[in-house]
Amino acid sequence: MYLDFASIAIFLVLGFAFVLIGLAVTGLIRPHRPSRLKSQTYECGEKPEGPGRVQFNLRFYLIAFLFVIFDVEIVFIYPVAAVFKDFIASGHGLLAFAEIAIFVGILLVAMLYAWRMGALRWMNDLSVSLKEKAS
Amino acid sequence: MDILIQTIGDIINADLGSPLAAFIALLLVSLAILGFMSLTAGGLSFIERRVAGRMQSRIGPNRVGPQGILQFMADGLKCAQKEDLIPDGADRLLFKLAPVLCFIGVFGTFAVLPWGNGFFASELNVGLLYLMSVTSLVVIGMLMAGWSSNNKWSLLGGMRSAAQMVSYEIPVALSLLPVILLCGSLSFKELIGAQGAMPWDWNILNSPFTFISFFIFFLAALAEGNRTPFDIPEGESELVAGYCTEYSGLRFVFFFFAEWANLYVIGAVAAAVFLGGGHLPFGLESDIVSLLVFFAKSFFMVFIIIWLRWTLPRFRVDQMMTLCWKTLIPLSFVMLFGQAITLLIYHELTFLQSIVSLVLFAICVLVGVKFVSRVLVNIKEQKYKMMHTLTGS
Repeated sequence: MYLDFASIAIFLVLGFAFVLIGLAVTGLIRPHRPSRLKSQTYECGEKPEGPGRVQFNLRFYLIAFLFVIFDVEIVFIYPVAAVFKDFIASGHGLLAFAEIAIFVGILLVAMLYAWRMGALRWMNDLSVSLKEKAS
Repeated sequence: MDILIQTIGDIINADLGSPLAAFIALLLVSLAILGFMSLTAGGLSFIERRVAGRMQSRIGPNRVGPQGILQFMADGLKCAQKEDLIPDGADRLLFKLAPVLCFIGVFGTFAVLPWGNGFFASELNVGLLYLMSVTSLVVIGMLMAGWSSNNKWSLLGGMRSAAQMVSYEIPVALSLLPVILLCGSLSFKELIGAQGAMPWDWNILNSPFTFISFFIFFLAALAEGNRTPFDIPEGESELVAGYCTEYSGLRFVFFFFAEWANLYVIGAVAAAVFLGGGHLPFGLESDIVSLLVFFAKSFFMVFIIIWLRWTLPRFRVDQMMTLCWKTLIPLSFVMLFGQAITLLIYHELTFLQSIVSLVLFAICVLVGVKFVSRVLVNIKEQKYKMMHTLTGS
């Protein structure tokens, strides 16, 4: 069991080392002649206009929020799913099913709410659709 | 390669007591798998281009080595000789860290992937959960690459990729749930062990719900791996090159290295979880044979992914997000509940499962026969048409 985790640690460290060693070794054969023009960022061949980190749309933030909610749910439901069969075998299948249903159901209600409020709509202007719902 | 794995596996079993020996054996295993991953990623980049050439009536790479098979090495060497540029105003630490995270995110999954039925680098009892979580590193790498480049294209591309990948991670995880309910385990070893050799004993044909789950998984995994029809992050015409616009040389290679290796990961997970692993009927099974069967199944899935890329056009970004949030996620919840209820019913009426599996298998065979006959008819018609245009009648 511990060996399995050790194996994963080795994999992660090896992956890290592989990239670093690869970059270090090829550093011997690649040129390094930086210049001001070369280090300009790419903007279709024009001079870069303004800062590169522009404002981005709020919907990415909403998607991230929804994702976190669902991902946490998945982390909780995976272990329950793994023992569901044992519950059936011991005759408590319906109980386990009801518990899963309640847990998922709460989330589904939240998702329906987000859906109704237009959080899943990609194209529309979010502020407008929220105002529409409010009025 | 399998002989190498066998011997190292023997060493691990023999010398569990000595930590140093175990460490060396594990290191050798992971190095062997790293080599396999490199060859697969490079080989797939070559195969993909040749398949694309075949499907588009052109040749594809055929100059370097026999049939151009060394093309990926030439490409790698070329990229290794390119100057490593870091743009003005970039966050240098994050810029350098991003390709590493993308690479580790994919390489980490190889730790729990099964190699046939006999060998596992790590028989983790939470294998699937680990696989889902370590792939998330790729998203972080992409966000980092997009943010740190100080470039508008990169930022937008990174945001879009992250939004797409986190969204599609949910259906991937949810569509694996019916199978976990069915097998009662998260470890790949037990997931494979719970399935049988014949097609109707595979998880995919257990009930209509696992059957549909397989397709949800496949679609969502395509999107998570940034493959056509969901390759918006690389929509060249819209975003230049997305999050890796500012990357050059070897750092750029590592992003694509990870992406091609991810193709194999998708194929291997599908083969292990849904398609029966490396089982073979009639007592033909041994560790090495099961490895070959497993590879055959995984690479067949990879071939289908490549095939799809040259068949389907790209989705629009809003259509893609709608498909995920409004179709795939609700559908996979239905599959979860459906499978749970099915299991309760199967427990009462055991004979029902074999009937359902056989009926599903029959449907699959019918669809397959229909598909082949359609293809044959199409080929015949094309030949007929071509003959008439050539002779002018």
